[in-house]
Amino acid sequence: MSAAIELEDVRKRFVVRAKRGRLRRERRVVDAVAGITLAVEEGELLGYLGPNGAGKSTTIKMLTGILVPTSGRVRVARLDPARRRIELTRRIGVVFGQRVQLWWDLPLRDSFDLLRHVYRVPDQRYRENLERFSALLDLEPFLETPVRQLSLGQRVRGELTAALLHDPEVVFLDEPTIGLDVVAKQRVREFLVELNRERGVTVVLTTHDLGDIERLCSRLVVIDHGRVIWDGAIEELKRLYGRERTLVVDLEEPEPPLEVPGGRVVRVEGPRQWLRFRGDEVSAAHLTAAVAARTRLVDLAIEETDIEEIVRRIYRGGADA
Amino acid sequence: MADALAVYARLISAQVRSQLQYRVSFALDLAGTFLISFLDFIAVLIIFDNVPELDGWTLHEVAFLYASTCVSFAVVDVVIGHLDLFPRMIREGTFDLILVRPRGTLFQVIASDFAMRKLGKVLQGVIVFVFALGGLEVDWTAGRAAMTLVMVLAGAAIFAAVWVAGATIAFWTVDGGEFTNAFTYGGNFMTQYPISIYGEWVRRFLAYLIPMAFVCYFPSLYILDKPDPLGLPRALQFASPVVAVAAAVVAGVIWRSAVRRYRSVGS
Amino acid sequence: MRLHWEIARRGYRRFAAYPAATFAGIWTNTIFGFLQAYILLGLYENRTDIGGYDATDTVTYVWFAQALLMTVYAFGWVELALRIRSGDVATDLARPLDPLWYWLAFDLGRALYHLVFRGIPPFLIGMIVFDLELPESPATWLWVAVSVTLAVVVSLAFRFLYNLAAFWLLDYRGVVAIAITISLLFSGFVIPLPFFPSWLETIARALPFAAMVQIPVDVFLEQAEGVDLAGALLLQVAWAVVLLGLARTVLAAALRRVVIQGG
Repeated sequence: MSAAIELEDVRKRFVVRAKRGRLRRERRVVDAVAGITLAVEEGELLGYLGPNGAGKSTTIKMLTGILVPTSGRVRVARLDPARRRIELTRRIGVVFGQRVQLWWDLPLRDSFDLLRHVYRVPDQRYRENLERFSALLDLEPFLETPVRQLSLGQRVRGELTAALLHDPEVVFLDEPTIGLDVVAKQRVREFLVELNRERGVTVVLTTHDLGDIERLCSRLVVIDHGRVIWDGAIEELKRLYGRERTLVVDLEEPEPPLEVPGGRVVRVEGPRQWLRFRGDEVSAAHLTAAVAARTRLVDLAIEETDIEEIVRRIYRGGADA
Repeated sequence: MADALAVYARLISAQVRSQLQYRVSFALDLAGTFLISFLDFIAVLIIFDNVPELDGWTLHEVAFLYASTCVSFAVVDVVIGHLDLFPRMIREGTFDLILVRPRGTLFQVIASDFAMRKLGKVLQGVIVFVFALGGLEVDWTAGRAAMTLVMVLAGAAIFAAVWVAGATIAFWTVDGGEFTNAFTYGGNFMTQYPISIYGEWVRRFLAYLIPMAFVCYFPSLYILDKPDPLGLPRALQFASPVVAVAAAVVAGVIWRSAVRRYRSVGS
Repeated sequence: MRLHWEIARRGYRRFAAYPAATFAGIWTNTIFGFLQAYILLGLYENRTDIGGYDATDTVTYVWFAQALLMTVYAFGWVELALRIRSGDVATDLARPLDPLWYWLAFDLGRALYHLVFRGIPPFLIGMIVFDLELPESPATWLWVAVSVTLAVVVSLAFRFLYNLAAFWLLDYRGVVAIAITISLLFSGFVIPLPFFPSWLETIARALPFAAMVQIPVDVFLEQAEGVDLAGALLLQVAWAVVLLGLARTVLAAALRRVVIQGG
């Protein structure tokens, strides 16, 4: 079984000329991607994560042929994106969250029809695909509506279909659920799961949405500063970091860090203390009760660990896991 | 090749359909572009109200030049004039979407629009052509008639090449789009008059290096049977198709290397 | 007053922020300046005087007119129309700031930037290559400054007016095209008005557009002196007042319509 995606010590270096003062230009070298090695098997549903500026979109651009790597080996669907761009585009599908690839003034169906000709999809196959996606994503009600009149959720469903009509082997989705309401997100996620199951399409999902990650991805790759800092199963990650929550308590007066079973004080500011605990080990209610038993509580709040925090902690090597 | 043309036809027919949807506003647009382009011919008329000849060219002869370059230019404007907006494609990241589709980049950029309303300019050029022919005494041999057609086509090709080459500046600086106008619109303006009136350096740069002199001046010397005040070799009068092909090749090379650079350096 | 000074600065800075665009613009103006200069010089092959201008006057005219082109923004300004179309104008109107004075202040700031950075460089280049005629008397420079300022005001008022068409027409592009065509021709930018056949020149002089290019150039060339100079400047003032008044009236009518229709 060959890998759908292969990256071997891939690097991308930019020379940035930033303005310093009125006229001078400073030359700065930025290693957006500083040596990434990665292999994605066919049929995997991969979550690709990292803080903003980590090098995510640069990697995706190199995988889709938009950008040429400074060094390293890239293979997507067995092709080198830098050299065989046009051939590659027939084997991949792309949805870039904020950028619309459909024709704005035309009915959705017309966009599909145009793409069919651009990609040279055989008649029969096109009809089958359209019918199948139409059913899965419930496109029928708005197939004749001009794209500019579609709601965001409808448009995203249209974009997904557009990216898949030509039976790509690998699909790159950049923040596909951003801005969608809960119901729409659910629908997109179900569709992606079904797509992956039914057709074995390899999916690379770039997202900030923890829900997407949890519900869709079996494997997660986290990058920061152009390097891979985590590559493993979701379960693993959840086990290590995902259940962490923080109980923020306001005491009546400043006290030394509380000692309660299951909770660990990570920060103290005057009468306020931050207690970190594992959601799967002790519930917030129990912890609160334990704190209340020891001292007088004025107020409390619960903070969830967001993906940025997880990534930050991964980067620090799990120092305070 | 045929497949590419078919896809092109499909892509622009979508554009054309949506443009023709609003009849009244389309008609107004058409009238608008007609009027604005006609302004240049009004200038020609006023000039000849003051003098009987411009460097040995009569009103109808200049009108012939004017009409030829206008038709060449306007047709190209309809098909690829939207290259003026190419900087926006780079800025908004739309060009990346083009890179993930299985067609040539230039092909897709050109196929992204077709400005029906600019046909007003073409119409203006045709009308001036009729006016010019009405006042000219040309010995219409088959050769001259053929040359007239070739002149307009080759002229269009040269404009297209200059436009494409000029558009690549967007890969370097997104705000410098207007730079190309000097060559495209400037070239059109320049060739409305015989290039012999321009100073030597302007001629060398804009008429020879950027081969605007071949858009209509040189071929017209043959068609109108005029002696060349610049005393240049007769062969140049037949060279426009060759120049057009060369210009197209150069433009293609420039575009390809610009895209290569974009894929290397990003935006 | 202080507020409008700030607005003018904003107008200036908006265009100062894109030096690449300015360079591209200087380049374009320079090329067109060369082309136009040679075309009109061609008229002097067998003549020494056309409409009271000799060859030097005419070449100076061409370069000064190129300098004025962006300064008076002759080629079509649709910013207000776009705001009307998009509805953004509603927020403008909600502010306690008169839109006409706002755009006037903004435009004056912009015009200063364009005059200095897009107008003067091509003129200097023209000066190097051609023999241009600069004003002899120092007082003339002052009058030129006054005249150019008035030209910007007249131009802004006119642009404001045709932008207001967006309140009534869904597709204002046709109206704008006609407005630009007429104003360009009769401003003397395309061809100096004294070159026009007399019947056309009469029409042109009766219109406000001459105040945008022809008059400032004549002041610069010292073609209008003494009483003529005063008359020319007063004519610009008169047109400025008339067009601003017209703009105000039409704006009021547009606002009434908006209020009645509920936005």
